[in-house]
Amino acid sequence: MPSLPLALARAQDEPLWTFHGGIHVPDEKALSNAEPIEPLPLPARLVIPLQQHIGAPARPLVAVGDRVLKGQLIGAPEGYVSAPVHASSSGRVAAIEEHPVAHPSNLSAPCIIIETDGEDTWAKLPEPLTHYAQLDPAELRERIRWAGIVGMGGASFPASVKLSPGADQRIRTLIINGAECEPYISCDDRLMRERAGRILEGVRIMRHLLGAERAIVGIEDNKPEAIEAMRLALADSDMDPWTRIQAIPTLYPSGGEKQLIRILTGAEVPTRGIPAQIGIVCHNVGTAAAVADAVLDGRPLIARLVTVTGRAIAHPRNLEVPIGTPAEALINHCGGYREPPRKLLCGGPMMGFTLEHIEAPITKALNCLLALTPAETPDPGAARACIRCGRCADVCPANLLPQQLYWYSRSRDFDRVQDYNLFDCIECGCCAQVCPSHIPLVQYYRFAKQTIWAREREKRQSELARQRHAAKQERLERAERERQARLRQKQAAVAKPAANGAAPDAAGGADPRQAAIAAARERAAARKQAQATTTATAEEAPKE
Amino acid sequence: MSISIASSPHVARVNRVDRVMLQVLAGLAPGVLALTVFFGWGVLINIALAVVFAVLIETAFLLARRRPVLPAIGDLSAVVTAVLFAISVPPALPWWLTLLGMLFAIALVKQLYGGLGYNPFNPAMAAYVFLLVSWPVPMTTWLPPAMLAEHALSFGESLQLIVSGALPTGLDWDAISAATPLDAMRTQLDEHLSIEVIRQSPLWGLVGGRGWEWVGVAFLLGGLYLLWRRTITWHIPLAMLASLGALATLFWAIDPQSHPSPFFHLFSGAAMLGAFFIATDPVTASTTRRGQLIYGAIIGATVFVIRTWGGYPDAVAFAVLLMNIAAPTIDYYTQPRAFGHSRGRT
Repeated sequence: MPSLPLALARAQDEPLWTFHGGIHVPDEKALSNAEPIEPLPLPARLVIPLQQHIGAPARPLVAVGDRVLKGQLIGAPEGYVSAPVHASSSGRVAAIEEHPVAHPSNLSAPCIIIETDGEDTWAKLPEPLTHYAQLDPAELRERIRWAGIVGMGGASFPASVKLSPGADQRIRTLIINGAECEPYISCDDRLMRERAGRILEGVRIMRHLLGAERAIVGIEDNKPEAIEAMRLALADSDMDPWTRIQAIPTLYPSGGEKQLIRILTGAEVPTRGIPAQIGIVCHNVGTAAAVADAVLDGRPLIARLVTVTGRAIAHPRNLEVPIGTPAEALINHCGGYREPPRKLLCGGPMMGFTLEHIEAPITKALNCLLALTPAETPDPGAARACIRCGRCADVCPANLLPQQLYWYSRSRDFDRVQDYNLFDCIECGCCAQVCPSHIPLVQYYRFAKQTIWAREREKRQSELARQRHAAKQERLERAERERQARLRQKQAAVAKPAANGAAPDAAGGADPRQAAIAAARERAAARKQAQATTTATAEEAPKE
Repeated sequence: MSISIASSPHVARVNRVDRVMLQVLAGLAPGVLALTVFFGWGVLINIALAVVFAVLIETAFLLARRRPVLPAIGDLSAVVTAVLFAISVPPALPWWLTLLGMLFAIALVKQLYGGLGYNPFNPAMAAYVFLLVSWPVPMTTWLPPAMLAEHALSFGESLQLIVSGALPTGLDWDAISAATPLDAMRTQLDEHLSIEVIRQSPLWGLVGGRGWEWVGVAFLLGGLYLLWRRTITWHIPLAMLASLGALATLFWAIDPQSHPSPFFHLFSGAAMLGAFFIATDPVTASTTRRGQLIYGAIIGATVFVIRTWGGYPDAVAFAVLLMNIAAPTIDYYTQPRAFGHSRGRT
C-alpha cells in the first residue's frame, strides 16, 4: 500500500450507511490474489452452453460440422430477456447436444461443442464505437446485447436489459460493485488492480447510456491495492467530478446488490422491486470491463476471469479463461489437487454450489472454482433442534427472523412463511453459518421457495385448464344454441308457405316477384341448414 | 426432507449448542460458589443429585421415544436445567423432591413436548413452581447464611439431611433454618414495622440480606461474563432489572419506610439469577429484540408486583412462566421491519 494516506483521505468523503446484520468470515483472499492474471491455454474442446444467463436460452445459429471463428455469433437470443453466445475460439462444431453444466441442479443442458483448431482466428468484428458519446443510447444497448454481456458477479442477468430502465425511470446513480465480499474469490480484485482503466471506461459508457449523474465504485477495504489502483486510474481520467471510488468496511454480504446500494446511498431497494425504481443501476466491475470491450473494441464476451482456489488446489491463482473451457482444465493448469478436496464448488463458500461434473464448462457468470479441504469445510454434523437463540436474526442482512422461517418451512406452512417475508431472503447463508444447532437453514428456505413456486405454477396451469374447459363448454353451448335456432328457422320456413296460402299477406298486394325471391331464399337457407346440420353431427363443433 | 451437506454455506460453523450450554454453566460458577460459601455443602449435593437425575431421566425418555441419546445428552441442556433447579431450591431439600422436580422438568415439561427447543415453558422454573405449590414447607425451609448460622452443617451432615432427612444430634429445624431476606422483609412489613426498624436485625447486610446480596453480585458477575461471551444479549436482563428497579425506586421514593430500596430488590432473591440465567433461556423467551425488551420488562414488573402485594416472597419463577406463554404472541407483533419494506407495517 504505497499511498495509503490518499486512500484514507478519500475514504471519509461521503457518509456510508450500514445494513442490519452481516458476518465477518475469514476472507482467504491471500491464497489466490498475489499473482497476476494468467491466460489459460486454449483447450481442445469448448463446450458453450446456450443458456449462460437468466432468461430464455439462445437458439443455435450453426450446425454440426460448421467452421466457426473466434467471436462469431453461434447462438441468437430468444426474446427480450436473453443473451447471445459466441464462439470463444475458431474451430469446427463437433456437436450440439446435452452436456453437464455448472448449475446447482447438476443436470445437463444444450451446448454447442467446438473442436478448436488452435489458430484462434478472429471473425470479422463490428466497428469499435469509440465515438459512443455521440451515439444514441439504443445503439449502444444493441451493441452490449450483441456482445452477450451478462452480470458477471454471478447473477448472470443480461446487462443490456439492466441498462434499459425504461423512459419513466430516471437513473441518478450508477453503482459499480467491486465489493467481492465472498471469501476466497479474488478475480474482481485482480481485475481492478490490473485493468482499472478498462473498468472506468465501461463505467463512463454505462453512465452515458443511463444518463446518470454520478457513479460510485464500492470496494471492500480488504482490497487496498485494488482501491488504490482504481483511484490512480480515476485520477488519470476526466471522470473525477462524477465518479467516486469508495472503500467500504469488509462485512459479508456487502457485495449483495441491495446491501451495497444501502451502504453507498442509504437507500433501500423496495421488496420485490428493482434498483431502477429508486433511480439506481448496479453493475459488477467485470461487467463494466466487458461493456468497454464490446463498445470500444467490438469484442463479444468470450472470456472471463476465474479464481481457482481453495487449499486443495496446488497453486491457486486467477486465470483468464475462454468461455466453454472445461473446469478440469483450469484445475489441471493450477497444478491439480494438493490433497483430495472434500468439495469442489462453483462460486464462493457462502453461496456457491457443488460441481459434480468436472467436465462442466466455465460460463459467463462463473467467477470461482473452489476446492476445499476437509479442514476448510468440516462436516457440520447432524442438525440439532433449534434453540431459538436468535443469532440468525442478529446476522440476517434482510432483517428477517430466520428461525421462524425455518419453523414454518419445516412444518410446510407456506402461507405463514411468506408472512415472515421468505422472498426477501437472499440466501446469503449468514444464518446457517452462526446457527449453533448446525441447521442447514438456507436449504429449508430454498425448499420452501421452490415449493411455493411449484404451487404457483400448478395454480396457473390449473387456472389455464379451467379457463380452457370453460371456453370449450361455452363454445359447445353456443353451437348447440345456433343449431336449435337454425332448426326453428327451418321449421318456420316449412310452415310459412302453408300459412301464406291460407291467408294472403296482411300488407295486401302480394307481389309475385317478391314472393318468388323469398321462396328462393328460403330454399337456399334450408339447403344450407341441412348441410350445416350434417357437418355439425359429424364434427360436433361446426366452424362458423 | 433429507438433510444434505451439499447445501451452502460451505464454511465451518462458528457456534455449537453444547458450547453455548457450557458457557451458561461457566457463567453460573460464581453464583454457585457464593451459594456454597454462604449456605454450605447442600448446594453442591443438590446440584450433583439434580444433574444425575436429569441425565438419567432424559436418557430413559429418549430411549422410550426412540431418539438418539448421545447428541441430546451431549448438548448439556439437561445439565443446565438441573443446575438452575438445584440452585433455586433450599440447600437442605430432601433428595426425593429433587427427583420429583427433575421428573417434572425433564419428562413432562421438556421431553413430552418434544425435547430441547420445543418446550414452551422453562423446565427448571416449571419444576420449581410445581414443588413450591405442592410441598411449600420443605421448599421454603432455607438455611441461614454462614455468618448467621448457629451451627454450620458439615458435608456429612448435609448429605445425611438431604438423603435421610435426619438432623444432626441435638439440633432441630428451628435451630438450623432461617427465613430468606425477602420472606423476613415481607413478614415484618405485614406487621407494620418500618424499614428502619426491620433493618436493625443482624439479618441485613449492605443493601439486602447478609450473604444473600453477595450471591446476587456473583450471579451478576456471571451474567456479565455471558454478555461478554455474547451467549446472551443485554435486552432481557436489562429490561427485567430496569423495570424491577424502576418500580422499586418509585415506591421507595414515595414511602421509604414501607418499601425497601431498589437495591434490596435487585440483590435479594432470584433477581440476578433470573435476569441473566432464567429469563434469558432462548427456547422459552421472546426472540425478537423489541419483544425481548417487552418480555424482560413485564417479568421485572411482575416480580415487583408479586413481591410487594402477592402471595409469595419471590416471584421470578411465576413471572417467567407467565411470560413464557406470552412469548410467541409478543414475537408475532414485534417482527423487525424487513429490508426494503416500508416502515408502516411489520
